[in-house]
Amino acid sequence: MARIIGGLTSSHIPAVGAAYAKKQFEDPYWKPFFEGYPPVHKWLAEQKPDVAVVFYNDHGLNFFLDKMPTFAIGAAFEYENQDEGWGIPALGKFRGYPELSWRIIDGVVADGFDVCSCQEMAVDHGFSVPVQLFWGDQTKNPIKTIPICVNTVQHPVPTPMRCYRFGQAIGRAISAFPGNEKVVILGTGGMSHQLDGKRAGFINKKFDLMCMEKIVDDPEELAKISTADLIQEAGAQGLEFILWLAMRGCLTGKVTRLHQNYHIPISNTAAGTLLLANAA
Amino acid sequence: MTMDAHELHELPETVIFDGREAMKGYPLNKMCYSFNRADAREDFRRDPEAYMTRFGLTEKQKAAVRARNVAQLIEVGGNIYYLAKLAGIFGLGVQDLGAQQTGMTVEAFKDMLKKQGE
Repeated sequence: MARIIGGLTSSHIPAVGAAYAKKQFEDPYWKPFFEGYPPVHKWLAEQKPDVAVVFYNDHGLNFFLDKMPTFAIGAAFEYENQDEGWGIPALGKFRGYPELSWRIIDGVVADGFDVCSCQEMAVDHGFSVPVQLFWGDQTKNPIKTIPICVNTVQHPVPTPMRCYRFGQAIGRAISAFPGNEKVVILGTGGMSHQLDGKRAGFINKKFDLMCMEKIVDDPEELAKISTADLIQEAGAQGLEFILWLAMRGCLTGKVTRLHQNYHIPISNTAAGTLLLANAA
Repeated sequence: MTMDAHELHELPETVIFDGREAMKGYPLNKMCYSFNRADAREDFRRDPEAYMTRFGLTEKQKAAVRARNVAQLIEVGGNIYYLAKLAGIFGLGVQDLGAQQTGMTVEAFKDMLKKQGE
């Protein structure tokens, strides 16, 4: 059966895509951020996962407000990162794994999560930036990916607990997939930030660090936070932390933290990176 | 966790983009969504008034676009993720938007961000 070997988190700030393209890894502004990744690269090189399931939110590339699914699961052979309109380089195609996508869709619908399935889906920086940060260039030996998009753009958005439970259902579905694949789960976005209103520029280090602790050992308690309280503590876009909770829900074994990095600011945002191992 | 319980619509200095805002802002957000395409951005640059009319923006929405004013754009139903694409056409990034909304210079806004990490 397929095995979930771990969970990763990463910010998906678009400015990172631009900095990556310019190879600003040693730049004083960027170094404290990029140096959070080599320990994860080392672990990935040792573990050699076959599939990455990526929780992200679309920021207006594939989905518009005409049709806004709460949970959408990619079921395509490939996903294209396209022009988003404001200048970060489009990275081209990412490889899919529709057989596992459909197993997940079957599993979660049977479990009570009525998702939108997508056989065509453009993926934006929310997906492409973290995949590039962890696996680099996807034109050679690309990792198989399954993008899972959660609505954080238009309220009502799913509650933190609903996202955590959704992750648990996905974890069960993956574990029932008849294959030998090793799977890693990505929770992207966050941490605290707010782009709009007089509160623009809001960051909450204390809250972020608490979340990075609790998500390891007590996610059930952490997921009890209300949407309003999460926005109050993490900012209007820091709400993306629900994507981390969905990731954590997938890890149903013994979870240990192998690496952590936290840095303020990248663009308007606090950036958090975590490497969690999930033992059966 | 020790924190006060909040209601979504009572959060300070934060507009919750919900169904009400979505109805109000639809033409504006739809126009901004079109800017994913390079030819659409070019059409807008060439004749912004005609482009706004084509998408059916209200007079208030048109005025907010002309003023390049983020607070006004949010007031008329703009969603920040879509507005970012419009801001990109004007060469404005999220720090420029933050500075404008908080009444700071861009440098002061960046300093404020940095200080929160200390």
